[in-house]
Amino acid sequence: MTEPTIFELSSPGRQGVRFPVSDVPEVEVPAEFRRKDLPLPELAEIDVVRHFTRISQKNYAIDLGFYPLGSCTMKYNPKINEETSRLPGFAFTHPLQPEDTVQGNLYLMYTLQEWLKEIAGFAGVSLQPAAGAHGELTGVLIIQKYHADRGDTQRTRILIPDSAHGTNPASSAMSGFEVVHLPSDARGNVDLNALRELCDERLAGLMLTNPNTLGLFDENVTAVIEMVHSAGGLVYGDGANLNALLGIVRPGDLGFDIMHINLHKTFSTPHGGGGPGSGPVAVAPALVEYLPDPVVAIIEPGSEDLPPLYGYAHPAKSIGRVKAFNGHFGMLVRAYTYISMHGKEGLRNIAEKSVLNANYLLAKIKGVYHLPYDRRCMHEFVVEGMWPDAPGIRAFDIAKRLIDYNFHPPTNYFPLIVHEALMIEPTETESLETLDAFADAMLKIAVEARENPDLLHEAPHNAPVGRCDEVRAAKQLILRARKA
Amino acid sequence: MNFPAELKYAQTDEWVRVENGIAIVGISDYAQDALGDVVYFEFSVEAGDQVKAGGQLGQVDSAKASSEVILPVSGVVTEINEAVSDNAEIINNDPYGEAWLVKIKMDNPAELENLLTAEAYQAYRLG
Amino acid sequence: MFTPHTPKDVEVMLKTIGIEKVEDLFTEIPEKYRFPELKLPLGLTEMEAAEELESIANANGSTKTLLNFIGAGAYDHYVPAVVDMLLRRGEFYTAYTPYQPEISQGTLQAIFEYQSLICELTGMDVANASHYDGATAAAEAVILAYHHFKGKRTKFLLSRAVNPQYREVVRTYMRGNQAVSILGDDPETGIDASMDKLIAQIDAETGLVMVQYPDFFGRVIDYKPLIEAAHNAGALVAVAVNPTALGILTPPGEIGADIVFGEGQPLGIPLSFGGPYLGIFAVTNDLLRKISGRLVGETVDNAGRLAYVLTLTAREQHIRREKASSNICTNQGLMALASTIYLSLLGKKGFEAVSNLCYQKAHYAAAQISAIQGYKQVFSETPFFHEFVIRSPQPAAHLLEDLRAYDILGGYDLSKDYPELDNCLLIAVTEKIAKEDIDLLHDALIEVTHD
Repeated sequence: MTEPTIFELSSPGRQGVRFPVSDVPEVEVPAEFRRKDLPLPELAEIDVVRHFTRISQKNYAIDLGFYPLGSCTMKYNPKINEETSRLPGFAFTHPLQPEDTVQGNLYLMYTLQEWLKEIAGFAGVSLQPAAGAHGELTGVLIIQKYHADRGDTQRTRILIPDSAHGTNPASSAMSGFEVVHLPSDARGNVDLNALRELCDERLAGLMLTNPNTLGLFDENVTAVIEMVHSAGGLVYGDGANLNALLGIVRPGDLGFDIMHINLHKTFSTPHGGGGPGSGPVAVAPALVEYLPDPVVAIIEPGSEDLPPLYGYAHPAKSIGRVKAFNGHFGMLVRAYTYISMHGKEGLRNIAEKSVLNANYLLAKIKGVYHLPYDRRCMHEFVVEGMWPDAPGIRAFDIAKRLIDYNFHPPTNYFPLIVHEALMIEPTETESLETLDAFADAMLKIAVEARENPDLLHEAPHNAPVGRCDEVRAAKQLILRARKA
Repeated sequence: MNFPAELKYAQTDEWVRVENGIAIVGISDYAQDALGDVVYFEFSVEAGDQVKAGGQLGQVDSAKASSEVILPVSGVVTEINEAVSDNAEIINNDPYGEAWLVKIKMDNPAELENLLTAEAYQAYRLG
Repeated sequence: MFTPHTPKDVEVMLKTIGIEKVEDLFTEIPEKYRFPELKLPLGLTEMEAAEELESIANANGSTKTLLNFIGAGAYDHYVPAVVDMLLRRGEFYTAYTPYQPEISQGTLQAIFEYQSLICELTGMDVANASHYDGATAAAEAVILAYHHFKGKRTKFLLSRAVNPQYREVVRTYMRGNQAVSILGDDPETGIDASMDKLIAQIDAETGLVMVQYPDFFGRVIDYKPLIEAAHNAGALVAVAVNPTALGILTPPGEIGADIVFGEGQPLGIPLSFGGPYLGIFAVTNDLLRKISGRLVGETVDNAGRLAYVLTLTAREQHIRREKASSNICTNQGLMALASTIYLSLLGKKGFEAVSNLCYQKAHYAAAQISAIQGYKQVFSETPFFHEFVIRSPQPAAHLLEDLRAYDILGGYDLSKDYPELDNCLLIAVTEKIAKEDIDLLHDALIEVTHD
């Protein structure tokens, strides 16, 4: 059922919440600046609660079911995170409070920096970036300044594999680099011959996602990194897929110079319908002084009686600030809580179960769905959503039909190098029963695709709305509510 | 699908018609079909600009895709078709007529020889 | 805990995969680096973690335990209970980006309503689904202007009275673009309310002029002459706003701003030590196609029912890749939802009341403090909203430290960012501050000044 907008629900004279009357002498707002009309809706508290509760029920969510959205790591979001991040000592601290009044916050940030360094194998971490793409921008700006400071201004090219996230080229271009695409080889690894040809004095860096967006661990990763390093370039690791590597291998040990870490993927902070994320950036020793300003450090070491004094430090060659204040602190508290509940054994268990789940699911549907790169996968895999004997059926139709089985569809049409891609990431928090039920649905849909293709073309049948007319949306461009 | 024989085509799907030394440029029927419903066109050039072949002419967006339109010849832009900015749908409806994009006074008409004939372009696109 | 696998499940799964043990899944990882021994503490139970986090939180002073007059870009407002109750519904916070509109109508409708509310509040035509925060929205405004003029205008003027952190972030974002100069905020141009020196720098090379309303010092300045001068030179004007002020003040959309952006934190989002916050971003219809980030639009489904979808996605990085003007791929979904609920709940009357309370109390505080001997309100001839500048007889840093003995966070020390404002404090007052609190600050200032 269509839910009216808050503007349509408005009734003049209603007020959802009252505030105290002023307790100070009244002064006039200068007439020249006084607003004439404030066209906000007017609703009672109950109207607001029912409206947002009703629309919430039109959403699919992890708390409702399986969400195998590839490269997004839609794992369960522990409820304790929501309690700890709202503790008054955290939620009611102002970002510009004097450092000695926020030692708890600074301790937490410092410790999280240390933990992320240890987990990923790097020498320095900035918690400032607000999201994965923001971390990428930060990383690429570090590459830019590193070369500029060395007088290497002819290094203007960033290499990006064809299987990369779309944000990689956009981040590079924003930072003034020329983007050069790098092909994959027949096994889904970086094509070493193509890479060799591009390793010259113009090379600034390579942005590599490993495991890549096919869910494959690059078998030549150390050779790739060495090749870039010997040409004078830096290697950026897109940490979107770090979940598969926790306690398994540290990207820093493999030779990566920079990596962003998605706290909203790997470390369970909620996706919130599209944000807030959090994208800390980790760097190798040579780049620590380039991190965004400031980082948290121990200003005065502790003693037997006193804890250390934590405060802000300013990296000497910093690229500058990428965001106001201290990053998404609320997300940092959640990630801290999550890591503290796992410890070293627990983290390795996350990676093991996420890879186990993905390989199990792959084993169940392989054969019925074509696997273009037939190798063991990491935490996710990509199959083709099409069959020669089911003409007219596309990945899109399979995705929409899954909704009828009460599953969120996988990522589709990405990565671009697979036709009709369906990219499936189950995560470690799903049970054998859930995986079996999803595999059954996938297999049933493969049969339906041949026997009753219209069932797929017209799907979903039982969602709050059916397929939406996106062309109409883009043409008519109604981007705000009509007034009641 | 329509490939008018009197036009020349670029591999990047633009067409050129020459009238009195002026090159009229648009995008092909094949290109508009591949894009699907066009919702927006933005020019990267304006009248009076000195432009080079291979540079960007504009950007065409459909509901699901976005594509760069490339200049097939060098010269001075004498006119751009504002009707396309106002109503980009005409690219779908009449790619060779009403939806021409720019007129260019060519510096070097020999550049036309780098372009494909209708027959070659059709073979290139439809095999 | 969070992995439901029993030993028997694992056995079944390994058998289906055709391997003997879990370690066999990782043979492609270089052996030398496989299974590192991480130096991390042992995992805690939920009960232990809850206790530990509580003790960390208790090591902070907060606005619950200290009387706070710090603002400078983040403000301590009252957030009604409804906001967080609704925000915590799993359907909202455990969903992802609404890529599948059929099962994301909740998120999509909320964003659509958010866009609508921001348009009404700012007086603009179109708002996006939000940027990360006010500072990154400032950078996006510069990027928009750069692309709008196709790189042909390379001079971007930022008023020195724009939040220093915003200006710093703009510079960081633009550091890769050698052609661009960021100007206007040097000490020479100054912070005079007349804006004459900034206006004098506007020329045919100028792509954008950025000002703040109320500005970083809380001043409410008439920007009409500046906007006229910028438009005459063909430049765009971006105005950073504090949305709370727009409850009583004329919105920039009514005086000709091309872009209105700002920090949305005051709209129902906790201080939370600086984030996550909300980057508001709105433009005129002329710039609709240039706006980066997500946009939600209205359409119909295949049965003709009203529905909402992400639209104009062809501008975005996942399609346009390196040709996209911005790499942003998310919005601050949950924070945008918080502000949507907050504005819906307060509505016309409640929001105006909050705005007015801030205004009234700040004016009382300014009058009380500037009456103390040796204290003077700087810019006292210019109207202000809920933040004002006080010059004290001693360095602000000392004063603030002395006030701490009274459990008061007395304001923000301006001398760090503005050497010309030595001994100056920026004091913010919100609706949460009572008259007695202001009197307490007043009395404490008298006492610490005696020494």
